[in-house]
Amino acid sequence: MAEVGLKLAFSLAQIAVVMGIVLLTVMVLTLAERKVLGWMQDRMGPMEVGPYGILQPIADGLKLFFKEDIIPAGANKFLFSLAPILSLVPALIGFAVVPFGPSRTVELFGYQFQPFVISDINIGILYILAFTSIGAYGVILGGWASNSKYSLLGGLRSAAQVISYELNVGLAIVGVLLLAGSLSLVKITEAQAGGFWHWYVFAFPFPQIFAFVVYVISAVAETNRVPFDLPEAESELVAGFFTEYSGMRFAFFFLAEYANMILVSCIAAALFLGGWNAPYPGTLLPENLAWIEGVVWFAAKVYFFLFLFFWLRATLPRLRYDQLMRFGWKVMLPIALGNILVTSIAAYLFPKG
Amino acid sequence: MSGTELLLDYLTRYFPILLFIIIALAFGVVTLLVSYFVQPKYPEAEKLSPYECGSEPFSDARMPFPVRYYIFAMLFVIFDIEVIFLYPWAVVFDKIGLIGLVEMLVFIALFLVAYVYAWRKGALEWD
Repeated sequence: MAEVGLKLAFSLAQIAVVMGIVLLTVMVLTLAERKVLGWMQDRMGPMEVGPYGILQPIADGLKLFFKEDIIPAGANKFLFSLAPILSLVPALIGFAVVPFGPSRTVELFGYQFQPFVISDINIGILYILAFTSIGAYGVILGGWASNSKYSLLGGLRSAAQVISYELNVGLAIVGVLLLAGSLSLVKITEAQAGGFWHWYVFAFPFPQIFAFVVYVISAVAETNRVPFDLPEAESELVAGFFTEYSGMRFAFFFLAEYANMILVSCIAAALFLGGWNAPYPGTLLPENLAWIEGVVWFAAKVYFFLFLFFWLRATLPRLRYDQLMRFGWKVMLPIALGNILVTSIAAYLFPKG
Repeated sequence: MSGTELLLDYLTRYFPILLFIIIALAFGVVTLLVSYFVQPKYPEAEKLSPYECGSEPFSDARMPFPVRYYIFAMLFVIFDIEVIFLYPWAVVFDKIGLIGLVEMLVFIALFLVAYVYAWRKGALEWD
């Protein structure tokens, strides 16, 4: 019984830490995005709240928390309230299978625990794909339930876009699975140890560079970010599917978008860039401190992708909707399929081990 | 491992995930509830009407929408199921050898036939 209690307490602590870090990162990101965009456009960004505006996210959060939640006339109240939760929860629980650091076990009171992953299940990738698909329901239900034309159009567009690009994400990942032979993110990351030339983006026998590019572009499209932010294109659809949302419900959609950005960045780092593995063999720190190095490398890779999101937003104009769909179905899909064909033949000709 | 041990192993692996789902849901519901009790509530007809650039909303928003969306949804379902077939194959690729490779090449060829058909029929055109 003590074992069950202890494991439960450990899991709860892990979940609390992971959720805390994710929500904190979202807060940092909202500020970072405005600051980075500001600097890239030769502006200062937010400067009013606190020194250099660093307290801006707290002010934003408090404001949204105490704002009136308007439910428009004619809206379906139940679905309208359900939609924000339905898009936030899948974005958060995806982190359950992401390895944030080296897969070591620590012994606590005589029992073994894995500190850096909440649960190492052998279908990790499948689990994440399954739950991120549910997020699309939140978007389309929110758009439909609002009883506003902008919301409905935004919701429909968003759903069509998300499913189109999810297909490409699924196909891009197959190449990595062929090389790794596992669906568990922990095992996939472990297989890339020993220097950057073992990362799957560069790995022998066939570098997954095409899959990587397809994945990153599709991830940007899946999270509805510029240049694929048509669902919330402010110049034509006001705010897309969350036009009618206000207060905390609006904040939930916002949280979900940023949490999704972090999640796809984590997956990209784990699948293609070796996760917590350093780009050189071995470790610089002594054995018992090596986990710090792992966590720092993982965070650095994730933040690189997050910076890429902002960079794209500052650089690229928005696509037109027909261009977006054509690009997804006629360019990305054939590249991803071709990658699977070549990778499988290469993996057959040069079997590992 | 025996059956019971296997089951126990599965439960200990999946229970934290269930726990995470419950906690994430609770976070969502509790935050909305607390916010509900601290926010002002001054509903009025103008405020509650759906936003339409300030003019009077006309007709119901839930109007018919283009069948295009439906076609893409169907294409997605078909192709996504095929992708899911690729996953188990990719995972056991090392163990199934040439037969596995050839079988999957045939499968992908069928996939390509369907894809080319959809393309030629214009199902991938948006306008």
